[in-house]
Amino acid sequence: MLDTPRVVTTPEGIELTLNVAGPVARARAWVIDALIRVVAYIALATAAAAFGGFGTGITLLFLFSAEWAYPVLFEVFWNGATPGKRACHLRVLHDDGTPVSWRASVIRNTIRAVDFLPFMYGFGLISCLLNRDFKRLGDLAAGTVVVYVPPSLALSPALRAATSAVARHPFVETLAVPHAIRGANHATKHPVPLRLDEQRAVINFAERRVRWSDQRANELAQHASELIEGAQGGAAVDRLVRLADEFTGRRANAAKEMGRR
Amino acid sequence: MRQDAFEARYRDQWAEFDDWLKREGGGQAVDGKTYFAASDFAYRYRQLARHLALARDRQYGAELVAQLESRVLAGHQALYGASHAASTGGVIQFIRATFPQLVRKHWRSVSLASFCLFGPMLAITVAIQYFPDFAYVLMSAEELAAVQQMYDPANRILGAGRDAGSDVAMWGFYIMNNVRIDFQCFAGGILFGVGSIFFMIFNGGHIGAISGYLTQLGYIETFWGFVAGHSSLELVGAALSGAAGLQIGYALIAPGARSRLEALKFAAIDAVQILYGAAAMTFMAAFIEAFWSASRVPPVEVKYAFGIIGWILVLSYFALVGRTRVAASPASPSVPASPSVPTILTTGAAESGVSRAA
Repeated sequence: MLDTPRVVTTPEGIELTLNVAGPVARARAWVIDALIRVVAYIALATAAAAFGGFGTGITLLFLFSAEWAYPVLFEVFWNGATPGKRACHLRVLHDDGTPVSWRASVIRNTIRAVDFLPFMYGFGLISCLLNRDFKRLGDLAAGTVVVYVPPSLALSPALRAATSAVARHPFVETLAVPHAIRGANHATKHPVPLRLDEQRAVINFAERRVRWSDQRANELAQHASELIEGAQGGAAVDRLVRLADEFTGRRANAAKEMGRR
Repeated sequence: MRQDAFEARYRDQWAEFDDWLKREGGGQAVDGKTYFAASDFAYRYRQLARHLALARDRQYGAELVAQLESRVLAGHQALYGASHAASTGGVIQFIRATFPQLVRKHWRSVSLASFCLFGPMLAITVAIQYFPDFAYVLMSAEELAAVQQMYDPANRILGAGRDAGSDVAMWGFYIMNNVRIDFQCFAGGILFGVGSIFFMIFNGGHIGAISGYLTQLGYIETFWGFVAGHSSLELVGAALSGAAGLQIGYALIAPGARSRLEALKFAAIDAVQILYGAAAMTFMAAFIEAFWSASRVPPVEVKYAFGIIGWILVLSYFALVGRTRVAASPASPSVPASPSVPTILTTGAAESGVSRAA
């Protein structure tokens, strides 16, 4: 299992999980930001060269802003992410999961001056590796974490429909097993009673099934030997998916008709 | 309740919640869609939190739970998230009360930082008057030659190798260089204060070497006339940023009843506000340095007077401003450190500073 989730308890008594980002992902974001700034600087310096001393002043001001204001302004006004962080699906949050504030952003980005020492974020990296949340020194002082933006987990409606057993698994068509698809009462027969967490494992199997290759699904299904009762290949997967449907209630009505619930 | 029934029952509520968040996050309101009132949000959010708790307890599918979780997280951020608006009222309150109050509250670190900056500066300036060669110990001959050339009384304009019309360029340079030094002095504090002390002593010594060398050369009017105008804002700004660094360093050395990490975070709250003020002072100093100090048009007496007035204003600002009872007025949202303020206020000379407007 992943060992990077950080659990935050909200005042509502709910535990939320933040997935903190490690030094590699953050370095990647930093490189993107650095490239953006260098390109902008070169463009500006070229244009400003035409304006003599005034242009030089503006260029120096820009350098200053690019170094100190760029990360703060983006973090505060752009959902806690500089363009580089956004590109890497990262975001800065307070320790409690709330969006980063001016104060925290200024602290963490000012202390960057020390994180950068002795060269290329040496102190920052050491600090990252020494604590559970991959915090560099600035994050420690500001009370911030850099987390992955949770990918949109919701399946598209089409994909969602596909997780149902009544959906067409490619191999189901080819199986001439008597209980296939809408086949009467087979799926409602529990070979063994399952605990809640076991039921959940079956449901998770069904939900994630659409993201695997058939071979992988078949392979995994074989682990639930007591549930598939010796079925092989697609038939085994099919049985688990239908079991999951029953657990989530998709076939509850059918089950009622069967007089089981 | 089975998962599907649960989902079917609350799906619409969740969709409404998502729509509301989307609009709140700056999205366009969709025509024909009704949004619940903002005052309902907290209730809706608690309901959602309950759904998540139920979904977890009943071992519903991981996908549903994850979906609810990210929805609750978004709600959590909307409900408890900080407002980004830096209100003008907050800024005014900061200038008129919070900043000088914080500086007085942290007089210990301010004193130590000032000592580390001004001590070497004065000592070396004086030492070079008696042992002129000492300047060469601290700086290379090339650097000293460059400095000497800058402040040569024969120059029409003073300062770092500038020609006419480059005031803006120097302004940009002063901001970039001097504010960066402020930030470094602050950041160095996280190395148990050692970084801040190093930067203070280093910069103090550097300035002392230059001022001592030029004074000993007899470039009194050009050098002291140049630095007089902006010295108050710039040097005090530098000392305050060092003091801010010392505060976070001290929190790591002597965290008191807190854990080191908690003490660090707590100290940073005040420290970063002092840093705001210090950086603003350095910013202002850069203006003066670029557009006033370098000019040789005003007679040197005027420049001296300007400098002395500057010092009086800066010192009296920190000594006097904000010594009124702030706690009685509605606290500004951007001044979270105010709980610590009243202890100073009650002991301070009453009503001597800028009084609060009704």
